[in-house]
Amino acid sequence: MPSDPESNLAIQKLRQFAADAVEDVSAFRDEISVHIRASRLRSVCEFLRDETGLFFKYLSDLTAIDHYPGEPRFETVYHILSFETNQRLRLKVRIPGDDPRVDSMVPVWPSAQAFECEIFDLFGIQFIGHQDLRRILLPEDWEGHPLRKDYPVQGSITRWP
Amino acid sequence: MAVTLEKVPGQEEKVILSMGPQHPSTHGVLRLVLELDGETVVRAIYDIGYLHTGFEKSFEDKTYSQGITLTDRMDYLAPLSNNLAYCLAVEKLLDLEIPPRAQWIRVLLTELTRIGSHLVWLGTHAIDIGAMSVFLYCFREREDLMHIFEMVSGQRMMTSFFRIGGLALEPPLGWLKAVEKVVKKFPARFDEYEGLLTRNPIWLGRTKGVGVISKDDAVAYGLSGPSLRGSGVNWDVRKNQPYSSYDKFNFNVPTRNEGDVYARYQVRVDEMRESLKIVKQAMEGLPEGPIKANAPHFVMPDRESMKTSIESLIYHFKIVTEGFHPPIGEVYHSIESPRGELGVYVVSDGSPKPWRCHVRAPSFANLQALPKMIEGRLIADVVACIGSIDVVLGEIDR
Repeated sequence: MPSDPESNLAIQKLRQFAADAVEDVSAFRDEISVHIRASRLRSVCEFLRDETGLFFKYLSDLTAIDHYPGEPRFETVYHILSFETNQRLRLKVRIPGDDPRVDSMVPVWPSAQAFECEIFDLFGIQFIGHQDLRRILLPEDWEGHPLRKDYPVQGSITRWP
Repeated sequence: MAVTLEKVPGQEEKVILSMGPQHPSTHGVLRLVLELDGETVVRAIYDIGYLHTGFEKSFEDKTYSQGITLTDRMDYLAPLSNNLAYCLAVEKLLDLEIPPRAQWIRVLLTELTRIGSHLVWLGTHAIDIGAMSVFLYCFREREDLMHIFEMVSGQRMMTSFFRIGGLALEPPLGWLKAVEKVVKKFPARFDEYEGLLTRNPIWLGRTKGVGVISKDDAVAYGLSGPSLRGSGVNWDVRKNQPYSSYDKFNFNVPTRNEGDVYARYQVRVDEMRESLKIVKQAMEGLPEGPIKANAPHFVMPDRESMKTSIESLIYHFKIVTEGFHPPIGEVYHSIESPRGELGVYVVSDGSPKPWRCHVRAPSFANLQALPKMIEGRLIADVVACIGSIDVVLGEIDR
């Protein structure tokens, strides 16, 4: 019997705090996903981290999805964890494909640092306010962003001299 | 060299030292750029990516079953833990019920993997700090575990033994005898290592008070596993969010409050003993029954039924050629790997290949705390700190 995501304390508190920031809430296999409006991401994350009874102090994972050729093309996905309530929550932010940028969450969770570099490297999403955004896995002069769907799995264009 | 530290103009001349990627104590191909004032590290940054193989892109081009072989190669010291995390994530997506026997064998083998991984950590960590003999002893014991993995799966390292819905094969007769031998033999061996290190004045001098990371910093920097528990956070996915029937086993979660290299050492050594307790329980209470879930659309049929039933043959053909179609959705499943929280995030669009498969590698997050640990300390402590967070570069670079 799947539980109703709206009865979750975190969702109720989040709706009270900023009803306009929540785009939609869904649940799949008892995991709750919340889509957050990109402009309100920072305040929502700070709220979830500091609010009594929630304390989502631990950023488990940060990644992105490319929905090419769909639009909005990208999504960043935040898996956060609260040691106090033993609960996980998934936040998602929709990002347009023509100008992929979103606020950096390093001020909220310092552990986002390397994850954001990885997303910048492999998806080409800019993180506004990230102090040291660089290619972390690929060489600095690498062309393209491999985890984008329009990047081929195998083979590359060879330039003959 | 792409990653460098710029000299700050107007300041006294400092030495910029590039450590790695071929340095023996960087445990793989980790490169550190250190700014030194005499022997003191002023600033440090890490440079990774030397082992980047694009696993996450490869996942998108393979069916769900084929993806298992990629997971082995990420954390090459704990392949079975990686298999487990991936299988559990896909099984969650498919909503499969795994039979108890398969769950028990999974627990048994992943705990042996944990011991094996910690043995490599202990050996290399000790040899970094100068204790040569521990290294030889640890690898001697690891060989026994490798022997068990080879018995069970045919492979020493790249096992791919856990499959979606259960196990690849029923383990061979007599494998529990080998496990029993290990359970009997290892406690004395752990005492042997501890006798060499735990109260050794050189070891204490090199590890106590070195690389201290506070509880709040550990959480903020995303540390997990023994490194987190060494800083006083009592969090273990096996205990707090049990998977694969870990809730049916009786074990403790070792925790230390000091947050230094020595605390992390103690946590891991205690963990090896706890793992052995779990192995013993799993071995003694191993239930009988099937080793694969009853879900013919998703799980490969066994060879015997393929020879006798046409349905099995059809399902086998479909799973092998096309793959199965999972429901549309996304799941995140995490397990406690030897290095910390290993999470797999799978996004399905209903086709036989995952739309996106991301691996939350514990070492990738743990490495972020390294500059914090070593800044302001001597260069000799850098080696002790790298060893203490137990990074595996295959997993970091993926």
